Amino acid sequence: MTAAGNPAVNSAARPDEGGRRISISWLGAAPFFVYVGLFLLLPTAIIVLGSIRTLDGGLTLSNFSGIDKPFMVKAFTNSLGVSVVSALGGAILGAVLAYAVVTGNPNGLLRRIVMSASGVLAQFGGVALAFAFIATISTVGFVYVFLKSHGIDIYPNGVWLYDPPGVTLIYLYFQIPLMVLVFLPALDGIRPQWREATESLGGSTWHYWRYVAGPLLAPAFLGCTLLLFANAFSAYATISALLTNGGNYVPLQVQALLTGETEQSQPGLAQALAVTMVFIVVVVMTLYALLQRRTSRWLH
Amino acid sequence: MTKSRRLKLRVFRVVVLLLMGAFFLMPVGAMLEFSTRGTDVTSPRTLDAWLRIAQTPGLVKGIVTSLQLAVITSLGMLALLLPTMVWVRLRLPRISRIVEFICLLPLTVPAIALVVGLKPLYVWININVTPSVLALAFAYLILVLPYSYRSLDAGLAAIDLKTLSEAARSLGAGWGTVMLRIVIPNMPSAILNASLLSVALVLGEYTVANLLNFQNLQVEVAYVGLTDAPTSTAVAVGALLLAFVLLMVLALVGGRLQQQHYVPGQRA
Amino acid sequence: MKVGSLSRQLGLAVVAFVLVAACGSTSNNTSATCSESTAKTATSASACGGMDALVAAAKAEGQLNVIALPPDWANYGQIISSFQSKYGITVNSANPNGSSQDEVNAFDGTSNAPDVVDVGQAVALANTTKFTPYQVATWGDIPAGAKEATGLWYNDYGGYMGIGYNPAKVPGGTINSVQDLLGPGFKSEVALAGDPTKSNQGLNGVIMAAVANGGSLDDVSAGVNFFHQLKQKGNYVPVVGTDSTVKLGQTPVLFEWDYLSTSHGKSVPGWKIYVPSNAIIGGYYSQAINKAAPHPAAARLWEEYLFSDAGQNLWLKGGARPVRMAAMTTAGTIDTAAAAALPAVNGTPQVPSGDQTTKASQYVIANWSAAVS
Repeated sequence: MTAAGNPAVNSAARPDEGGRRISISWLGAAPFFVYVGLFLLLPTAIIVLGSIRTLDGGLTLSNFSGIDKPFMVKAFTNSLGVSVVSALGGAILGAVLAYAVVTGNPNGLLRRIVMSASGVLAQFGGVALAFAFIATISTVGFVYVFLKSHGIDIYPNGVWLYDPPGVTLIYLYFQIPLMVLVFLPALDGIRPQWREATESLGGSTWHYWRYVAGPLLAPAFLGCTLLLFANAFSAYATISALLTNGGNYVPLQVQALLTGETEQSQPGLAQALAVTMVFIVVVVMTLYALLQRRTSRWLH
Repeated sequence: MTKSRRLKLRVFRVVVLLLMGAFFLMPVGAMLEFSTRGTDVTSPRTLDAWLRIAQTPGLVKGIVTSLQLAVITSLGMLALLLPTMVWVRLRLPRISRIVEFICLLPLTVPAIALVVGLKPLYVWININVTPSVLALAFAYLILVLPYSYRSLDAGLAAIDLKTLSEAARSLGAGWGTVMLRIVIPNMPSAILNASLLSVALVLGEYTVANLLNFQNLQVEVAYVGLTDAPTSTAVAVGALLLAFVLLMVLALVGGRLQQQHYVPGQRA
Repeated sequence: MKVGSLSRQLGLAVVAFVLVAACGSTSNNTSATCSESTAKTATSASACGGMDALVAAAKAEGQLNVIALPPDWANYGQIISSFQSKYGITVNSANPNGSSQDEVNAFDGTSNAPDVVDVGQAVALANTTKFTPYQVATWGDIPAGAKEATGLWYNDYGGYMGIGYNPAKVPGGTINSVQDLLGPGFKSEVALAGDPTKSNQGLNGVIMAAVANGGSLDDVSAGVNFFHQLKQKGNYVPVVGTDSTVKLGQTPVLFEWDYLSTSHGKSVPGWKIYVPSNAIIGGYYSQAINKAAPHPAAARLWEEYLFSDAGQNLWLKGGARPVRMAAMTTAGTIDTAAAAALPAVNGTPQVPSGDQTTKASQYVIANWSAAVS
């Protein structure tokens, strides 16, 4: 009824003043743009400009050359590796968990509990998370001790908790809830009629997933995986708390450059690293946004 | 649904939920276990570490600071976003895509990268505006934008904003009245959701506070954790449980609130 | 007439004299107070009107910002609380587990910046432009090599680098040499008590490892290499060792100062300290005042307190060796019981000079990340 607004009501309430009204309308959105410009766009501009300037103001790309040192490259390999694996793992396990929840009562207690828990755990990180895992599976953790006393040593070749495999496992702890949060709405969009239609046409469960639900969910799944990747790549608090004296990941290198001695590196290197991180995440998030748009066509 | 399929589904659900439940509850259990340990292996469980929270001034200050930041950020987010989104929906629909894009931008700039650019800005703020830790709210508002925007957008989409606001305005209401008495009461769960997501983010935030040399809850938890791990763990698990309870309450209350407001034209 | 004019002249002279004396004494009164602008640049207590004026000015400021002073580090907890109760000045202690580098990084020109710092040699030498010179009342007792000539920094206390360990987690129950740590029984056990690129304690741990592995105070590459080998073998824990990590059992073998290691005996029964006889590395920390200190008078009063007999003895009580120890022992003001309780040292200690520390620091900064990542 009011999809486009009733023209009679429109013109009766406010006479059209043409161009002048539109420009005054812009003022209404001004506070928002000013605020975002100051606290988001300005800092971004600072790091982008800072990364391409030398100490005396000239333009240069030399700040980026600090990235090809072997241990910097290793920082990127570690960060990218952990991000990819925890994104895939989190996506698959999260999707499975989301499916287990969505097939239950939409207003039931289980769904509320899982959604609330996911909302909280997706933000959980830092020293508490690092600590929780140390208390669970480090050499003094109760799971390790319990398994050891039953003859199972989870560290036959050395403690991997502080290595990328350990970090990946810890990351899953917030990746899976994040996946549940962002993927469950897509699962919600699956109509039971589609399943019934498949069955009435003689299709099996396999047919349903392979030809109906799968292709529909694929963009959402892929998009959410990319979101998880960006989340893991940007994460700082957990590795900062776990690896206080070692550990080679890009966010830790940024922190070291920000707080290290000035002789340690060119000042622009921290900004160059930050810009590189932003670039990688921007690419990933753009793909995510495109995939979300494809998803919304069918599943909303 | 056939009986065998229902059974298979049920088995699948039980197995998945049990395994996941174990995976997620074990570390929380480990934290609870560690924070209630006695002074040595033989002594009984004790709540000493929890009681010490009140006696650790740094932690108390951190808790108070983060709670204040959470409130300020939520209110600031609502004050900035809600009028802007309403205004854009009603008057500037063409730029709604731009606003949406901007609100999702913070997701593309990792906090650790953003803080490199925020540092010089905050030196200026410290000298010219306020040296207080509450200045962190400026940055936090940006960090919560993506989550709040999505919540508020869903809420605004569910009510018929144009009709309601036009009706109110034609009856002589000013924009203030429209916001306070029309828009806000009609989207209680979306507003609550946006606020609680903001609160959860602020309570869990570490990166920006730490690198700007401010002491908020998570930073204090990290400091205290280096000398008094049980107490620090108690705070961490306490904050976790509190946030969980808050979100659960929202889920229950929000559902009930949603049923009370019937909006004409909305599908039942 | 002559007598009259003479007496008048005398009278005038007397009046003039009294006036000048009065003016003179008021100007004396002005210099006896320690105003804020004077305090900012005062190079000693007397330049600020004397100790009493300094105390008054500090009390007026009411606060002192300190950084990176854990309460159980050389008894700082007691030092801070006794300073607070003696003068009624609130001490704001930030970032207790910060490193020396973190301390000078916090000089951000705001009112939260630290007034005073307690840093390692390398950081002190590299940051003299950020400090303001000040000479405490007991300046003469500090040996010439332990201070910067004008007072930009001055050593306060020191100790020896050791390896503290939990005998239950160590094969055989004892450590007999640094090379033992490379053995298979030390998986994920060995840690440093600080990041060597930022922390003086961490750096000296690497220096000690270097000297114990055939290197020297001038060449610490052997130390960095040693930790690289530890990492390769999986024996290195990439975690900064603290009270918590020791108590939890995460870092059962820890390179740290002897005076800090002794406190772990409370959480880990039987905790032992090993100092290699061929690598007794001594290190002092240094005090300095922030040039842009938010509370300049309180900062100076703090230094006076630390270098007074009371302050020095409190450090001694914490197991560290205060810099005035020799002078105080001669004067008989040393706390003899605490001095006797210091851990014994058998061998010749080596103390890296300022240059050696700086050179070592630069080498470590350039090569540490690659070695342990």
